[in-house]
Amino acid sequence: MGGFPILSVMLAVPLVGAILCLFLEARQARMVALLATLIDLALGVVLWANYDIGGAQWQFTERADLFAGFEYALGIDGIALMLIMLSVFLMPICIGASWEAITKRVGEYMAAFLLMEVLMIGVFAAQDLFLFYIFFEAGLIPMYLIIGIWGGQNRIYAAYKFFLYTLLGSVLMLIAMLWMVNQAGTTSIPVLMEYNFAPEAQTWLWLAFFASFAVKMPMWPVHTWLPDAHVQAPTAGSVILAGVLLKLGGYGFIRFSLPMFPDASAEFGWLVWGLSMIAVVLTSLIALVQADMKKLIAYSSVAHMGIVTLGLFAFNVQGLEGAMMVMLGHGLVSGALFLCVGVIYDRLHTREISRYGGLAINMPAYAVLFMLFTMAAVGLPGTSNFVGEFLSLAGIYQANSWVAFVATTGIILGAAYMLYLYRRICFGEQKNADAAAMPDLSLREYLLLGPIAAAVLWMGVYPESFLAPMRADIELLDTRLAAAAPEGDAHLALGEGPPAEAEQHEGEAH
Amino acid sequence: MELFASLSLIAPEIVLALSGLVLLLVAAWGGDKGARVISIAAAIALGGALALVAPSVCAGASGPDTVAFGGQFRADAFAGLAKLMIFAAAGAALVVAPRFFERAGAMRAEFPVLVLFATLGMSIMVSAADLVTLYIGLELNSLAAYVLAAILRDDERSAEAGLKYFVLGALASGILLFGMSLTYGFAGTTNFGGIAVAVSDGLNTGQLFGLTFVLAGLAFKISAAPFHMWTPDVYEGAPTPVTMFFASAPKVAAIALLARVTLEAFGSQEDAWRQIVIFAALLSIVIGALGAIGQQNVKRLLAYSSINNVGFILIGLAAGTLAGASAMMVYLAIYVVMTVGSFVAVLLMRDADGNPVEGISDLAGLSTTRPALAWALMALMFSLAGIPPLFGFWGKFVVFQAAVEADLVALAAIGIAASVIGAFYYIKIVKVMFFDDPAGTVTGEGDTPHWALLAICALLISPLGYLLTGWLGGLADMAAASLAVAF
Repeated sequence: MGGFPILSVMLAVPLVGAILCLFLEARQARMVALLATLIDLALGVVLWANYDIGGAQWQFTERADLFAGFEYALGIDGIALMLIMLSVFLMPICIGASWEAITKRVGEYMAAFLLMEVLMIGVFAAQDLFLFYIFFEAGLIPMYLIIGIWGGQNRIYAAYKFFLYTLLGSVLMLIAMLWMVNQAGTTSIPVLMEYNFAPEAQTWLWLAFFASFAVKMPMWPVHTWLPDAHVQAPTAGSVILAGVLLKLGGYGFIRFSLPMFPDASAEFGWLVWGLSMIAVVLTSLIALVQADMKKLIAYSSVAHMGIVTLGLFAFNVQGLEGAMMVMLGHGLVSGALFLCVGVIYDRLHTREISRYGGLAINMPAYAVLFMLFTMAAVGLPGTSNFVGEFLSLAGIYQANSWVAFVATTGIILGAAYMLYLYRRICFGEQKNADAAAMPDLSLREYLLLGPIAAAVLWMGVYPESFLAPMRADIELLDTRLAAAAPEGDAHLALGEGPPAEAEQHEGEAH
Repeated sequence: MELFASLSLIAPEIVLALSGLVLLLVAAWGGDKGARVISIAAAIALGGALALVAPSVCAGASGPDTVAFGGQFRADAFAGLAKLMIFAAAGAALVVAPRFFERAGAMRAEFPVLVLFATLGMSIMVSAADLVTLYIGLELNSLAAYVLAAILRDDERSAEAGLKYFVLGALASGILLFGMSLTYGFAGTTNFGGIAVAVSDGLNTGQLFGLTFVLAGLAFKISAAPFHMWTPDVYEGAPTPVTMFFASAPKVAAIALLARVTLEAFGSQEDAWRQIVIFAALLSIVIGALGAIGQQNVKRLLAYSSINNVGFILIGLAAGTLAGASAMMVYLAIYVVMTVGSFVAVLLMRDADGNPVEGISDLAGLSTTRPALAWALMALMFSLAGIPPLFGFWGKFVVFQAAVEADLVALAAIGIAASVIGAFYYIKIVKVMFFDDPAGTVTGEGDTPHWALLAICALLISPLGYLLTGWLGGLADMAAASLAVAF
């Protein structure tokens, strides 16, 4: 790409769009927002196409001496590339999902979303610790407004909770960052990733970062902001929250906690395992009894994020790759599920599961797509989540078979609550006349759900496209972790017994 | 020759003093009709003083060349930077005041004159290198400020504010004077350099008491907890332009003074004052945050917000390093902009008849009725809360960086965790403006100068402010460095 500052341009396009939207009428604001996100998607495709797999670890780097104390430094590796792709892919869909549902203060709404896009790309592309923090924290402001202005009935409580919870998590991380920079004498993330902090210091630093990422992730027991925020946010807000914002926590672990504090990560592995196991089982059970569709999906997100953290802290290549794939897959699938909820919410204005039923009869196309995403959420082979969940569980099995055992029950429970949800909405009798009279998907809704369905299948059938750019970076991380990684209890011998399945799968995946 | 050099060092103060005296005569004979002309003349005088100070700040003036009148007065870069902020804040008060008082039908010619004298007092305070100079500056500022608080003579709240400010301010001055006399008695000198020598091998009990009382007196002036009680009442009662002035300029002056006393005079006895400063800092952060939660009046809320902010500034002082002093100056510069902006926004809150409204509930739904004001106020609130990417974050950032570098990690962690409590009421204002249904109270038109000032403040605290970090940090570093070159 020569010297073309593509990452800066990707930040600038939605930023200019956001400022424009503030001053425009509803119709024009929608067009501007769609245009800006589509340009960013196109740039994202260019970015991916030009990403040199197996090339330098950090590509598209940019550096400018704009500030004192920190640098304007951008650059991506494969992991960041994939998450940026996820963001730019979901953004036009979010704008499309809000096309008709949002009628008040459209300009401000679109501006807030475009600002979110700027900040998310910024988080993934930042190569300076404090630049990262600024992007990371700044996301609070537009999200606070999105939930608070355009949310449901209890929106104000949800907005407060979201804001204060995540802020408290992050400020301690800031102090840890200040300490690290003071110690290491640099703010560059790539340098810090190879810096060896003293093991005693790592413990504290790890905990401070954990406070922030665990809330963002969210991990049990600090997950309670998520269901509130999700339920009250508008559909597109939920999509972006589930699709990208939750990935900030996972990205934080893989970019900061694991490479910068490998010893502390190993030391606290048990903590993450324990919390993740509880999250997987408990939130799955909670999801099972929800009467509100969005809440159900929100709790299922917490359970999926539990699988992500387990994969990350399995300290092996499968676990890390699996965690990344679950994050990408979950971003698509949960986004799509929230869109599916949005589709029927727009028609009936209720999220009560019991108000629906038998939609397969009057909305067959919707039922098919919803089925696909339900199956993907369950982790059916051939869909995106299967790859990630399988790799994660294979990874954690090598580390600790009991943890893998408990986590797997979460998958079974996941199938239970998702299929139960699907049955109550799409099958059975058409109890309610108004629900039975709802029209099938409109062209706009096809355009929203279609691309995600394609991506879900692509990721499920040929995950190599997504794994290839990340492989080198994950192997690098694995070597960094190797010294600290705890010994697994499985003592796998390759090529014998049950692991053969893992082997076979790996062959497929690579 | 010596006298001439000294006089040239106090040129900004001479400009202020002479123009203040001349304008006082004009006001006495011209009456209130000439108030506007006097305001403009006072603003020009401030501009002149600003221009005289600027070169010494940019050059990072320090060392013996900056000492005037045999060690009574220091015109170094540290004092210069504080003076720049003070003059700018006073200028802002002069810009917003005429419109406000004219609407109330109470524009008085004394107002700009009093602002000039208060500014002169602060200018002397920040340059003080001797306890006596310190006290003269402080009292000159305070006496002018008491009158300013009560300048709306027909308004009971204003009169009450003036009286409260006077009684508590006099008490604080008494405490300060007591501390100064103890210090003088046990150190044998009132000169900061002399005190530094006298205490260099440890504090005796008398000196310790002196230090404690001096710090308590100064804590009153910067409204740091536990000496903050007067702040909400005075801020609420005083006319808004006056409140804006109180919340910005005297804070800068008193904090700069505090830095000079602690770092220069008692610089070798860090451990003695550090615990006091840490205690005041944390208590201010917590009380400022908790006290604001129940407030119904915007000005009271901003009063608690200023207490809260002073706590963060004191964390920079607690670091006790040059980086800490520099961080404090950066924070103060950003704080002045945020405070001026917030109070100008309050000035722009008017009902249909043009009367000022101050209730938080009156702000409801402001984003639909007056979007520009709401967006500016939102940026200011998030900035005061220290949420990036707004520039207020940078102030907190440098202060905590200084604390971490000084190995005060626990202080930094507690301080920043307490800042989350403060975030609650800032986002509550945003909630009222953006999430609630319009109350339809704030419908009146604002004045052009107010809008212009608000636009400037909003621009400075926007993310564009980060482009200034290099320049601002450089100036603050030079200012802090000049502090270190003691006598």
